[in-house]
Amino acid sequence: MSVKTMCIRLVQAGAAMAISVSAYAQQEIRIGVLYPLTGAAASSGAEMKSALELAVDIINNGAKSVPGLPFSAGGGLPNLKGAKIKLVFADHQGNPQVGATEAERLITQEKVVALVGSYSSNVTVTSSQVAERYKIPFVNPESSSASLTQRNFKWFFRTTAHDDLFVQNFFEFFKELEARKGVKVKKLAAFNENTLWGNETTKLEVKLAAEKGYDLAKTISYPAKGTQLTSEVQLLKAAAPQVVMQSSYLGDAIMAMKTYKELGFSPDMILANNAGFTDTEFIRTLGKDADYVITRDVWALDLAKNNPLIKQVNDLFFERNKINFTGNSSRTFTGLMTLADAINRAGSTEPEAIRKALTETDIPGNKIIMPWKGIKFDDKGQNMYGSGILVQIIDGKYHTVWPFELATREVVWPMPKWDQRK
Amino acid sequence: MSEILVQTLVSGLLIGLIYALVAIGLTMIFGVMDIINFSHGEFLMFGMYSSFWMFSLYALDPMFTLPLTALFLFGLGVVVYKLVISKITNAPMVSQIFTTFGLMLLFRGIAQFLWKPDFRTIEKSMVSGHFSLAGIQVGTPQLTAGVGAILVTVGVYLFITKTRLGAALEATAADKEAARLMGIDSQKMFALAWGIGAACAGVAGGLLSTFFPIFPDVGANFILIAFVVVNLGGFGSIVGALVAGILVGVIEVMGGFLLGPQYKLAIVLVLFLAVLMFRPQGLMGKA
Repeated sequence: MSVKTMCIRLVQAGAAMAISVSAYAQQEIRIGVLYPLTGAAASSGAEMKSALELAVDIINNGAKSVPGLPFSAGGGLPNLKGAKIKLVFADHQGNPQVGATEAERLITQEKVVALVGSYSSNVTVTSSQVAERYKIPFVNPESSSASLTQRNFKWFFRTTAHDDLFVQNFFEFFKELEARKGVKVKKLAAFNENTLWGNETTKLEVKLAAEKGYDLAKTISYPAKGTQLTSEVQLLKAAAPQVVMQSSYLGDAIMAMKTYKELGFSPDMILANNAGFTDTEFIRTLGKDADYVITRDVWALDLAKNNPLIKQVNDLFFERNKINFTGNSSRTFTGLMTLADAINRAGSTEPEAIRKALTETDIPGNKIIMPWKGIKFDDKGQNMYGSGILVQIIDGKYHTVWPFELATREVVWPMPKWDQRK
Repeated sequence: MSEILVQTLVSGLLIGLIYALVAIGLTMIFGVMDIINFSHGEFLMFGMYSSFWMFSLYALDPMFTLPLTALFLFGLGVVVYKLVISKITNAPMVSQIFTTFGLMLLFRGIAQFLWKPDFRTIEKSMVSGHFSLAGIQVGTPQLTAGVGAILVTVGVYLFITKTRLGAALEATAADKEAARLMGIDSQKMFALAWGIGAACAGVAGGLLSTFFPIFPDVGANFILIAFVVVNLGGFGSIVGALVAGILVGVIEVMGGFLLGPQYKLAIVLVLFLAVLMFRPQGLMGKA
């Protein structure tokens, strides 16, 4: 082959590649994702971002080790001629206004076909309003504020269970604990941060405690992002509850635990409502002082004994990020897989077609990595099959302790007092 | 009940001393050159990271590295002054505000880029733990921080009132032009004020690092309170900042305990508004 023909061939090959690349680019499905990538919740945001990237990598490039997972064959979405998913990330900084403007930017400028987000309930409120206005499907994998799916939105879909159910789980747990271990819980305290999420949790705890005959000795809402929690912990100490039900994001959760120890506040149990207590940083920061806390969660690695997918997908996640899934990142992963399933069934990137496919979603429990019966939305966009679990931190690891039939470890109750710990 | 009140008072006092130390740096910069430094909380953040890294890389306790942290932040303050602030000393107030606000965003961004948004803590410093005194629980790191804050405050106060350099600083604060006519180099004085201001925030950060989580946005938790303290104490007044810092800490914690935590910041801000209305120059400020 002469130099000339070689040059021509090279140009031809290059042109062919350029054409195929552009054809390829047209088949890209752009999904906007809204998470706190900076700000106080940024470390949670970074984990959820990793989960999304794993999901997209599995859909686009396949994962041989998890044949049971939908789309693990790779090669994009089959019903859209193998179209690949492209995530467009936006950072809402934990700020509702920023969340709304970023949602608008993703829809109008980035031309995304659907939105996924946004962890913090108060940001999900504003950003999903924007999506509703523009008629773009919004899949919410992890915000648990109950009111989100009580707005009769047409374009809003939530895969996780919400706080109403989670708080009910607390009280079911108390009841079963008494039947099983003879532990009688009577006196409670509610200790919650005062944004939307914490306030709704507080309301629900007050209501359920009264209904179910518990003495709610103290209800405290504290301002998030403070410099100290001394007065709050003093009030708790004075009220001397058996159990503190607590909703805090990471910074406050760490500060609260340190203040408990410092002021010698030892209730029988701290029953936490996820969020900061399930962030990887929580245990890393507090070390042994994080032990014995029970937190509501939605996911635990030890659930793999009931569903092998959980370990297989977690192995992939661990390989990439050197951390395990958390309740947050596993739900984010599941949210994106649910959306991909809907887009694939829609066979189209038209928002209305995707919305319709979402309403028809019916994924069985053995195809997801959550301990749920599956995913199927009611007429308000709430997944009817979502549920929670309780996990306890022992030796720096989360162990499922409730529901008792899923438990992998006996619950330790009460927590040892601070001065009796090794 | 009274025991709890005493406990609350002590806790408030200890955090108040930290507020004072943060505010002293801020009030100093304002007092000398009439610039409000919005990036002050980020100096505190850098102070925390400086302690953290010397601890985690070289196992040097934050208590020993405090002088190094102070020195490092002093240098940073001077550099920031030379590179940025010296260009805007005569600019309108709005430009000055935007400049220091921009610095705040830049510093946070740098911290996030370099160290990720992770929360970090210094777990086992030589001052960790707590003790009980007549039924009152005192955290050793908090107590150390409080004592450290007092020492630094007294040091800064003595420096300004007893040394020639301090007198020159005060002369510049009082009247830049007259001071220049007396042969005082105002540029040097401004740089010195920035250095000391940043060093105070850095030391506060170093002291906090033994019990407060360290993350890029940590300055935001303290800066609002620092502004309230500076205003309450009187812009430019070191003694005012000390008194106001303690006052704010105690009111915040005791108010939170007595009236409910949801009101604790509100109580502080109401007090602040009251002072603005009836004594706009602040408690110790000159009218």
